[in-house]
Amino acid sequence: MVRTGADGIKDISTPLSDADVESLKAGDRVRITGVLYTARDAAHGRLFPLIQQGEKLPIDVRGAIIYYTGPSPARPGDVIGSVGPTTGSRMDKFTPALLELGLKGTLGKGHRGQAVKDALRRHKAVYLGAIGGAGAVLSRYVKKVEIVAYEDLGTEAIRRLDVEGFPAIVINDCYGGDLYQDGQKAYAREGV
Amino acid sequence: MRDIHVSAISDAVKKLCMEANWELEADMLRAFDRALTTERSTAGKHVLQILKENAQLAKTKRIPYCQDTGFVVCFVELGQDVHVTGGALDDAINHGVSQGYQEGYLRASIVRSPFDRVNTGDNTPAVIHLDVVPGAAMKIMVMAKGGGCENRSKYKMLTPADGAQGVKDWVLECVRTAGPDACPPLILGVGVGGTFEKSAILSKKALFRELGSPNPDPTLEALEQELLVSANRLGIGPQGYGGDTTAFGIHILTYPCHITSLPVAVTIECHAHRHKEVTL
Repeated sequence: MVRTGADGIKDISTPLSDADVESLKAGDRVRITGVLYTARDAAHGRLFPLIQQGEKLPIDVRGAIIYYTGPSPARPGDVIGSVGPTTGSRMDKFTPALLELGLKGTLGKGHRGQAVKDALRRHKAVYLGAIGGAGAVLSRYVKKVEIVAYEDLGTEAIRRLDVEGFPAIVINDCYGGDLYQDGQKAYAREGV
Repeated sequence: MRDIHVSAISDAVKKLCMEANWELEADMLRAFDRALTTERSTAGKHVLQILKENAQLAKTKRIPYCQDTGFVVCFVELGQDVHVTGGALDDAINHGVSQGYQEGYLRASIVRSPFDRVNTGDNTPAVIHLDVVPGAAMKIMVMAKGGGCENRSKYKMLTPADGAQGVKDWVLECVRTAGPDACPPLILGVGVGGTFEKSAILSKKALFRELGSPNPDPTLEALEQELLVSANRLGIGPQGYGGDTTAFGIHILTYPCHITSLPVAVTIECHAHRHKEVTL
């Protein structure tokens, strides 16, 4: 579900439908409420062979958002430690296959490759950006954490994060829009 | 000879690791404030404000500014009149890293082998660069180096004919290719001269200079300022959302080089520029 708040920021709740994805444009600021599944390099490395062999994944990716992050350990009494995004392009190799299974969003930082951008259009999905390096601030939006798979991977385990109003921005939409390209074009000065 | 026991070294490293991750240095906080006065982009300003807030929250709660609490890169300037007692210097540093990361609730991000990729669990070992210098003091400089920006660091062997223009073009190319991936606003450490490995080490060491302080060499200072202006005209901006603040600083260190060579190494550092130092 996507609703535009009074402040112009779009409130997203998971799971996401095709229509939800279609209402998001590159550059839109969003707040996510619901579930984010964390997965980064090592977890993707384990999910990928399962997909190739047609086996069941430890998480249901349909309509879901995967957050590329490896949180720092929680202090006693805290829900989670710092939890900012890692670079999305390292997961490019795995992303189109997950989108094909119905994953609707990925959340990270940095450019994605053309194959991922094409897959976002083909399967109606979005790539969202969280502020890299703002891990302490972002931890405040995480209300509950549960490890759902690959606990042996430590910070790289798959975790289910229950989030409320988690702030992000649409980097790549399902129409080929790209915030990085638009942003840089708008502010680049001549003579560079 | 002056004796320094390994326990003093471990204790110092432990404290540096924790504090570096919890508290950004004052030079970084000043850089955020400066950028907020010049940044034209609304999205860019918003990012800078959140990052300031992030620094404050991390310090207050003693949680890491960024969840990637980095690879510990440790430069040691060891006075030649110092005698390290009670064990090996490297072990003492790594013991400090292990304690700091475990007791400080910092993330373990190091794998024991680039091939089997099993996490060591305590963020050891550190990368240690040792210089022996005159005197009876020991200076320990610690950086918690993030992986995302490190992945965009680059090296190029230019020719003497490429000259200063070649260096400028290469540094700007490194800013362009780092782009949004490396978490701008960036700080660039540039090592020019020496050999292949010397330039890379210089590029790391250059990052320890206080941000906003002038390069002691006026020619290099002028080059740094010129590069910084050019980098900030690229339009990449905070987080790559578009804007005027792509880099906070560009720091250059040089070394003599061979008549055939012009090596240039560029370490890309993100705004989570976490470094602390102490002299024992």
